[in-house]
Amino acid sequence: MSEAAGELRPVTDYVKLPKDGEPYLEGHKCKSCGTIFMGARNVCSKCFARNEIEAVKLPSKGTLYSYTIVYRSFPGVEVPFVSAVVDIEGGGTVKGNLINVDPDPAKIEMGMNVDVIFKDAGRTDKKGNHYISYFFQPAA
Amino acid sequence: MSKDDVYVIGTDMIKFGRFPDRTVPDLGAEAALLALDDAGVGIQDMQALYCGNLFQASGMVGQRILHQIGQTGIPVVNTANACATGATAFREGWIAIKAGLYDMVLAVGVEQMGRGLLGGGGSGDGISTEGLLGSGTMPTVFAELGMEHQKKHGTSFEQFAKVAVKNHHHSTMNDKAMYQKETPLDEVMGAEMISYPNTKLMCSVNVDGSAAAVLCSEKKVKELGLMDRAIKVRASALTSDPYTDRDLVMPDFSTCTRLAAKQAYEMAGVGPEDLNLVELHDCFATAEILHYENLGLCKDGDAGKMIDTGATALGGKIPVNVSGGLLSKGHPLGATGIANVYEIVTHLRGKAGKRQVEGARMGMTHVVGMGNAAAIHILEKP
Repeated sequence: MSEAAGELRPVTDYVKLPKDGEPYLEGHKCKSCGTIFMGARNVCSKCFARNEIEAVKLPSKGTLYSYTIVYRSFPGVEVPFVSAVVDIEGGGTVKGNLINVDPDPAKIEMGMNVDVIFKDAGRTDKKGNHYISYFFQPAA
Repeated sequence: MSKDDVYVIGTDMIKFGRFPDRTVPDLGAEAALLALDDAGVGIQDMQALYCGNLFQASGMVGQRILHQIGQTGIPVVNTANACATGATAFREGWIAIKAGLYDMVLAVGVEQMGRGLLGGGGSGDGISTEGLLGSGTMPTVFAELGMEHQKKHGTSFEQFAKVAVKNHHHSTMNDKAMYQKETPLDEVMGAEMISYPNTKLMCSVNVDGSAAAVLCSEKKVKELGLMDRAIKVRASALTSDPYTDRDLVMPDFSTCTRLAAKQAYEMAGVGPEDLNLVELHDCFATAEILHYENLGLCKDGDAGKMIDTGATALGGKIPVNVSGGLLSKGHPLGATGIANVYEIVTHLRGKAGKRQVEGARMGMTHVVGMGNAAAIHILEKP
């Protein structure tokens, strides 16, 4: 990958930014047992099948499995925010920020449907590169 | 493998606290000497040293302890296994005696901690993902597990908070705990929220500390005439995390704990109803609730009720974390597993003073390490 300043990069390796088309989450699915992992691998850690893993495009829909509201984080991180664990429709689980909700346990419903959206992370690295991240928000 | 049992003949810990002017080997050496003195033996009697330390895992801490207390040329094994580091060192000593290699070994756990949050998203060349892809801090990891329990069983913020009230109360009777301070329920619930539902008083304390234990074969215990003070290791179990859904995102400390508990109960031929006290891994108040069920102390879904009824407080049916636990005694990662052994042994010897669990015959220690590891030991007064 080029090191040119101002480049647009994915926030993590399972965020894909196709040249033509919308960003998406990429899972790695075991063809033997159907388990979906985030991140590439050669062997399935559930059924131990080798070389049966294929990259799959995951849907941008899921349900809220668990969450917490973070009030204390590392210096410079804006709080409060909702750290959410989301089961993606069809398999795979990811953690991310749940946005466009009040950070209040009374307002956040376990099991609620969420959409996965992609936008600028609002952070740049030392070389000035920008990053596209994913976020969750209540389903439209 | 030897059919003979393995015993703890000496154990001690330093008072947990903050000692920025001391070194890791220095802290470890103090606990090692205390444990040797408790057993009435010397470093020259030890045939191996198992040393648990996490943050200086590449630093040959065990050897550096021997440089302070006696360089006898014995094998040293340095262990690192996240928060199960100390328990892993203890277990390695147990394995070596069980294998028939040695009759007497020393296990030491020691840690010097910074202050503040542990965990968080790493960055490397890119950007930090903390607060972007959720949070990776330890309070968050265990808050999300607590919220999962709340979703399944209706466990309330107040019930989680009661764990901290109980453990901080227990530590008022333990001079070696970091804190000796009552924290009423309103104070716990009203403390700074860190990651909902864990407030600051529901998070374990980062402290420096060390603990040590002398392990001995049955033959040698009898030869030394130490059976009157020896405590039998009835079971030792160590697991990693079997695959479960979501475990790469939500570390699953329950499945590895349940697996270790099953193995430990089977090895000892006992059940949870036979235990008189438990020191379990209350790194956060939410975690203690989960582990009541994971260790079989109550049925699944009954942990909230269990804290409500006082069953796990001193004087209750099965006192948990009478030492004050990680929440109040403090959690120096590598030392915690062996400090738990010290606590159980002290009760089984009837020497725990004001916090003594009356008539204690059998106790359990439990730790988990993020990554994951779970370690359980069952100890019994012979």
